[in-house]
Amino acid sequence: MNRKRYFHFFIHLILIVSFVIIAFPVFYAFIVSTQTFQDVFVYPPKFTPGNDTIQNYVAAWETVKMGRLLFNSTLISVAVAVGKIVLSLMAAFAFTYFGDFKGKGLFFVIILITHMLPLPIRIVPTFELMRSFNWVDTYYALTVPFFASATGVLLFRQLFLTVPASLCDAARVDGITPMGFLMRILIPLSRTNVSALFLIEFLYMWNQYLWPLVVTNRDEMRVVQIGLKMLLAGQAQAADWNIIMAGTIIAMLPPLIILFVMQSSLVKGFSMQEEK
Amino acid sequence: MAEVRLSNITKRFGSNAVVKQVDLTVKDKEFLVLVGPSGCGKTTTLRMVAGLEEVTEGEIYIGERKVNDVPPKDRDIAMVFQNYALYPHMNVYKNMAFGLQLRNFPKSEIDRRVKEGAKILGIQELLSRKPRELSGGQRQRVAMGRAIVRKPHVFLFDEPLSNLDAKLRVQMRGELARLHERLETTIIYVTHDQVEAMTLADRIVVMDDGFVMQVGTPLNVYENPKNEFVAGFIGSPSMNFLETNVVEDNKRLYVDGGSFRLAIPEKLSKRYRPRLDDKVIFGIRPEHINDRSFVTDVPGREKLEAIVDVVEPVGSEVILIVTVGDHHLTAKVDPHTKASVHKPIDLSVDMNNLHLFDKETGEVIE
Ligand SMILES: Nc1ncnc2c1ncn2[C@@H]1O[C@H](COP(=O)(O)OP(=O)(O)O)[C@@H](O)[C@H]1O
Ligand SMILES: [Mg+2]
Repeated sequence: MNRKRYFHFFIHLILIVSFVIIAFPVFYAFIVSTQTFQDVFVYPPKFTPGNDTIQNYVAAWETVKMGRLLFNSTLISVAVAVGKIVLSLMAAFAFTYFGDFKGKGLFFVIILITHMLPLPIRIVPTFELMRSFNWVDTYYALTVPFFASATGVLLFRQLFLTVPASLCDAARVDGITPMGFLMRILIPLSRTNVSALFLIEFLYMWNQYLWPLVVTNRDEMRVVQIGLKMLLAGQAQAADWNIIMAGTIIAMLPPLIILFVMQSSLVKGFSMQEEK
Repeated sequence: MAEVRLSNITKRFGSNAVVKQVDLTVKDKEFLVLVGPSGCGKTTTLRMVAGLEEVTEGEIYIGERKVNDVPPKDRDIAMVFQNYALYPHMNVYKNMAFGLQLRNFPKSEIDRRVKEGAKILGIQELLSRKPRELSGGQRQRVAMGRAIVRKPHVFLFDEPLSNLDAKLRVQMRGELARLHERLETTIIYVTHDQVEAMTLADRIVVMDDGFVMQVGTPLNVYENPKNEFVAGFIGSPSMNFLETNVVEDNKRLYVDGGSFRLAIPEKLSKRYRPRLDDKVIFGIRPEHINDRSFVTDVPGREKLEAIVDVVEPVGSEVILIVTVGDHHLTAKVDPHTKASVHKPIDLSVDMNNLHLFDKETGEVIE
């Protein structure tokens, strides 16, 4: 009994410490985003909110047309997350259930290799490809190159391998088609992983900076991360940290909203999986 | 109507044959049990009937129709799997309705059948539960419910009771028998448990190493096993097998095991005389070896002196393991036996129930 309480205390201590470490920058960014330009540079730094909140957020929003950027980022993040999940599910399904198509091993290796090449290495050839398609400055360029996902294929393949073979047999006797098996059995069983992958891929795309910078020129096609950089680049001398931080907080909101919306289903999903 | 016929079926995985030249006819409305040790090809045979496994050689007919190339859903069969294979994300109702939905049955008909099936199996209260909220026995029922709502002409069961505890197994066994009576469909049932086979089957098919060893009614297979394998597999405890010679003394035939000699009943001497002086395997079931003080000496009963090694009371009887010379035997004796370990005992062997097998081939001598 005593040992258990000691253990709980210890766990909580770790949780609290890591929370503070992770949350402090966010907290500080928020404080700065409410302060005046002068407040930011006093020493020692002030950890109390200032009075410029509204001005800072309005300035951040207007300077870089934040509305359009948020729209772009949300659009491409959702599109990529959905596209990746759909493609991964189909590919994993093929790799798991269609035993012996020609070149199966080779295809799998190719998919894995694409995963091992980080984006900066692929950036030049991919850009050339986009240009030859006339896709520069379009949503296609911002989304299509991200659709293939080795992570997703591997994740779902591992998951499908744990589905008992007899479930497939039972469904076949019940009269299911292969696509029906994917849609009505496998995908419902993968719900948790689909949600998790959606979240991960959404964030991954939301945080893209280099690729959008390379394939877009017009301001209307820019994304949030570039917008933040633009806030920083506008100044000749000292940066307006209060306004930049306001922009940062704005940029954080959509992922946060998604996280909150999906949190309950994720937690439920994980606890359900443990039951199995 | 729904006879199932397997004609010279062979199944190979790669070059490895696991079902070999099986010829079998399952009669309409018959409860046929495939029984045999683990790995002998029972499941593979059943899966070929279901259409889940392709046939390498031979033909399968359901009714008049050759079904080798017919997909499972069009074979008019339903299957119950060993691990139940319920859809984890659907509740009981949906699990049972799924196959009907896929066949585009009208909603009202689906509802009627599911409720009716649930009633037959006594699972009405469980319809909204998910499989993980059910006990093993309840899952078993749902798996059966899923099969019966389809009203197929042939039911296939693959060891459906093997994941249940002993008590539940006996109970479900009874329910299965009643269900068969009620549904009047052809059933092919796979098990490795010979007690299950004996109690449920109209006819049993004993398999070993991919071959069909014997087909017959439970009693017939029990009383007239065709070979040493079947004799040893059916019946519990297992039949005793002793290496003996057939000898003649004073016009009487005997089996001679060196340390014992038992007379072969007169009426059987004609059958065994051609084997005079041959080495044969003498088979006798434990229930035909009894404590001599509890049986009356009738013709064909022979006395056998033994030393008791083990005494196992199981309530309704006592199982003895005894030694005769260098032979070991199992005997089923009266529960009031005075037998005690390391003491001699007089046994009575009912030689009317002896079996002799060829030592080389293991085939019964007829
Ligand atoms: N898909 C398969 N691939 C290769 N070998 C298999 C396959 N399925 C079964 N076998 C083999 O066939 C033999 C018979 O298996 P099975 O029919 O499951 O036996 P049983 O149900 O009687 O225990 C076993 O030796 C098993 O290893
Ligand atoms: Mg089996």
